[in-house]
Amino acid sequence: MKTVRLIFRNRLAAAGLVVLGIVVLLAILTPILPLADPDVTNTANRFRPVFAEGHLLGTDHLGRDLLSRLLWGTRLSLAVGFAAAVFAAVIGAGFGIVSGYFGGATDNVIMRGIDMLMAFPYILLALAIVAALGPGLFNALIAVAVVNIPFFARNIRGVTVGIAHKEFVDAARLAGLSHTRIILSEILPNVIPVIVIAMSTTIGWMILETAGLSFLGLGSQPPQADLGSMLGEARGALITNPLTSIVPGVMILVIVMSINLLGDGVRDALDPRLRSGALTRPRAATVVDRRAPVPAPRAEGVLTMTDLETQFHVGARVYRAVNKVSLHVAPGECLGVIGESGSGKSVTALSVMGLVASPPGVITGGSVRFRDAELIGATYGRLRELRGDRVAYIFQDPLATLHPLYRVGDQLVEAIRVHHRIPRAEAWDRAVALLKQVRIPNPESRAQSYPHEMSGGMRQRVGIAMALANDPDVIIADEPTTALDVTVQAQILSLLDDLRRERGLAIVFITHDFGVVAQLCDRVAVMYAGRIVEEGPTRAVLDAPAHPYTRRLIACVPELGAGRRRLEAIPGLPPAVDRLEPGCAFAPRCLKTEAVCVTREIGLAQAGNRAVRCLFPETDLKREAAE
Amino acid sequence: MGSYIVKRLLSAIPVLLGITVIVFLIMAMIPGDPATAILGSYATPENVAKLNRDLGLDEPLVARYFIWLGNMLQGDFGRSFSLNRPVLDEVTERFMATLILAGTSFVLCALFGIMAGVVSAARQYGWADRGITFAVLLGISIPSFFLGMMMILIFAVHLRWFPVSGMYAIYGGGDLADLLHHLVMPAVALSVVATGVVARLARSAMLEVLRQDFIRTARAKGVGEGRVVWRHALKAAMVSIIPVLGIQAGFVLSGAVYIEMVFQWPGVGRMLVDAILKRDILLVQGGVVIVAACYVLFNIAVDVAQSLLDPRIKT
Repeated sequence: MKTVRLIFRNRLAAAGLVVLGIVVLLAILTPILPLADPDVTNTANRFRPVFAEGHLLGTDHLGRDLLSRLLWGTRLSLAVGFAAAVFAAVIGAGFGIVSGYFGGATDNVIMRGIDMLMAFPYILLALAIVAALGPGLFNALIAVAVVNIPFFARNIRGVTVGIAHKEFVDAARLAGLSHTRIILSEILPNVIPVIVIAMSTTIGWMILETAGLSFLGLGSQPPQADLGSMLGEARGALITNPLTSIVPGVMILVIVMSINLLGDGVRDALDPRLRSGALTRPRAATVVDRRAPVPAPRAEGVLTMTDLETQFHVGARVYRAVNKVSLHVAPGECLGVIGESGSGKSVTALSVMGLVASPPGVITGGSVRFRDAELIGATYGRLRELRGDRVAYIFQDPLATLHPLYRVGDQLVEAIRVHHRIPRAEAWDRAVALLKQVRIPNPESRAQSYPHEMSGGMRQRVGIAMALANDPDVIIADEPTTALDVTVQAQILSLLDDLRRERGLAIVFITHDFGVVAQLCDRVAVMYAGRIVEEGPTRAVLDAPAHPYTRRLIACVPELGAGRRRLEAIPGLPPAVDRLEPGCAFAPRCLKTEAVCVTREIGLAQAGNRAVRCLFPETDLKREAAE
Repeated sequence: MGSYIVKRLLSAIPVLLGITVIVFLIMAMIPGDPATAILGSYATPENVAKLNRDLGLDEPLVARYFIWLGNMLQGDFGRSFSLNRPVLDEVTERFMATLILAGTSFVLCALFGIMAGVVSAARQYGWADRGITFAVLLGISIPSFFLGMMMILIFAVHLRWFPVSGMYAIYGGGDLADLLHHLVMPAVALSVVATGVVARLARSAMLEVLRQDFIRTARAKGVGEGRVVWRHALKAAMVSIIPVLGIQAGFVLSGAVYIEMVFQWPGVGRMLVDAILKRDILLVQGGVVIVAACYVLFNIAVDVAQSLLDPRIKT
C-alpha cells in the first residue's frame, strides 16, 4: 500500500500509469468499439487526411481506416509483448529455479549455456531463430522471448540460491518431500514477486522488440498488422504521406514511455536509498545560512571558532549537530576534541573549511577565523585557496579517503600543484621527500604504489604527508589513528608530535580516545550532543574532571598497571540531536541529575583556564583556580 | 598485462565454440528438408539429393557440425545461393559498412552519454539535470526506426540538410566527405537510445562516487570543483560505466539492423534480413557467427580497458 502511495506521489509515474491504463483499456475495448473493419481495403479512398469523413485519423495506402488499424494494431502489439514476457518469464524462471535449487553440475551447465546466449548481440539471436522458424508473428514472439530468457534465468537463480538454503527448505527436505514438491510449494511462492517485478520492467522492451521484428517484415504478415508492421508498411510512403507513419510510431512511443515512467516510479518507490534522499551529491562547499550577525572572536589563536552552529536539515527535521561551539588553537599547540560518535566533533572539524556534506548540512551561525580571515560565508574561491594550503585535513580510514585509482605519488603531486605552479618533476621530488619525512621506507618506489597496495599504517602516513604538502599552519586530524593497531597508532602520534614541534603547526585532534589525548594534546575540549561540556589543560582535566560525563569517559580508559580496576561503560545512548530537551543533554544518563538540570539552559562556566557546563561539577573549578 | 590479454583470449574459445553450437542447433531446427526449402517444392528429387550432398546434409547431425566448424576454421563459410558469391566475402564487405555506422554511434553514445550524465549529476536537481533527465526519458522510449524516419522527414525532405538514404551518392561522391554526409543521420538516430541509457547510468554512478570520502579528500586538498567532478569523480565512476558501454555496444550493433533498413545502409543487418526473407540459410549462419564472434572479441577489449583503468583488478 505504501509503495502504491509512493508511486502516486511521483507525478510522472502517475501520469505514466494513467496513460498506460487508457491505452490498455482502449485495446481491450477495441472489438466492441464502433470501428471500421481494419482490413477492408478501398483503393479509391487512399491516404485521406485526418478528420476525413468517416475516418478520424484518415486512411492508409490501401484506403483502410487508420484509427481502426491503430487500435487493432495496439491490441496485437500489447498482447504479443505481454505473451513474450510471460513466455520468457516462465521458461527463464524455470531454468533459474532448477539451476539455483540443485546447484553443482546442473547449475554449472545451465548457467554456462545462459552465458553463451548472452554472448550474442540480442538481435542476431532473434534473427537466427526467425530464420530457422520462418517469418511470422508467432515465431517473432518466440524469438523475442528466447532472447530474454537469460535475463530471467539469472535473476531468478540468484533469488533461488538465497532461498534454497533457508531453514524451511531444509525442513521440507528432511520431511522427505520430493524435489518437485519442494520447488512448487516452498520455492516458487517466494520467487513469484521477483518474477513479476522483472516482467514489469522488461515488458516495454518486449513490445519494442516484437514491433521491431514486425517492422523488418519478419513479424506479423499482411493483412494482420501490429504497430511495427504498420510502421514498416507505411515507410514506402513516408515522404509523400507521413501521417500513416507518424500514427503508429507515436503510439509505440506513448506506450513505451508510459511504461518507462511507471517503471522508474516503481523503482524509486522500492529503492529505500532514494526514499531517504541519501543519493544526493554534496556541494563543493557547505551551504551557509546565517541569520544572526557574525560574533566577534573571544579568544586568541591562529584558528578561532566562535558560537559555531551546524545543522542537518532532513525533511522537516533539524539535527543540531554543532550547537554554539567555540574553540581556539594557537601555533604549536595541540587541541584535543573528544566525544562519543555522534557528539558532533567531526562535523565541527569539517565545518571549518566548509566540508560538511551539503545537502543535508547547513552552517546556520557563528564564526570561524583563520588569522584575520572569516571563513564562514567566505567565497568558494577563497575557501579553496586555503584548503590544503593553510588549513589541511587528515581523515580516518585512509583506504576510503585516498583515491583508489591514482598512485599515491600523483595524489601528493596534485596536492602540491593545486596551490603552487611548479613543474611536475619538481612536485614529484617534493612528494617523495614528503613520503620520506613521514618515515615511509623506499619512498621513491612507494610513490608509484596504489593505495590498495599499502598497509593501513602506510596509507595513514600518506594521508599525513598529503596534509603536510604545502606546509600548512593548521592541521585538523579527524580520528587519524582509529583504524590502526596500537603500535602503528603510537608511531603516527609521535610523528605528529615531532612535526608540531619542528614546524610550529597548530593541530586540532578529533578523537574518542582519552589515551590518545593524554599522549599528544596540550588542551582538551569534551563534546556531548553538539556542545562543549568541558574544556581545559589536558593534565588538569585528566587529574580532576569537572563534568560528570568527562569523569565517566575517563573511567572507560583502561590504564596499564592500574590493577583490576573495573572499566565502567556509560549506560544508555547519547540523545538524538533533532529533539533536544532544554537543559543538560547528559542528564538522562547522569548519576547526579536533579530537577533543575533540565529546566533551563546551562552556560559554560569559565574559571581560570578551565570551563565546565554543569550545575553540580565534580571539581570546583573556581576554588581550584583560586588555589 | 600481456598475459592477462592472452588469458582472456583463451577464455573466449569456449564461448566462441558455444556460439557456433547454438547457431548450428538453431539452423538444424529448420522444419522439413532445407534443400527443398531452398529449391522450392517443384524441384526434382535428383536436384534435391544433389543439393543435400553439396550442403553435407546427408551426414548425421554431429558429423555435420564438425564438418561445418572445420570448414569455417579454414575460412570457408560456404556460398550464398541468392548472391552466388562466397559468404565470407559478402559478410566482410557488409560488416565493414556496419562497423562504420555502429562504431560512430558507439563513440557518440559514449561521449554524449557520459557528458550528459556527469553534467546531470554535478547539477543535480538543477535545470540542466531536469532537462537532461527528460531528454533521456524521451530518448530511451522512442523506437530508433521511428526516430530515423522522422529525421528523414525533417532533415532530409524538408530542410534538405542531409541525403535521404544510402552510404554514398550514386553519382560522384564516394569520398570521405560524402560518406560523412550520409553517415550523420543514421549514426545519430542509432546512438540516441544508447546515449540515454549511458547517461542514466553515468548520472547514478557519479552521484554514488561524489558522496565518497576520497572526493571530500580532494576538496580538502583545495582541488577545484571542475577537476573534482571531471577527473576524480569521473575516473572512479568509469569503473561502473565501462561494463555498461560493453553491453551498449551489443545494443548499438542490434539497433543497426533497423537503422540500416530505414536509411538503406548497405550493412550486415540488412543483408541478414534479406537473407532470411530469401531463406539463404548459409548466409544467415555465416553472418551471425562472424558478427557474434567479433562482439565477443570486443567485449574482451572492454575487459582489458577496465583492467587498465582499475589497478585493483588482478591481471
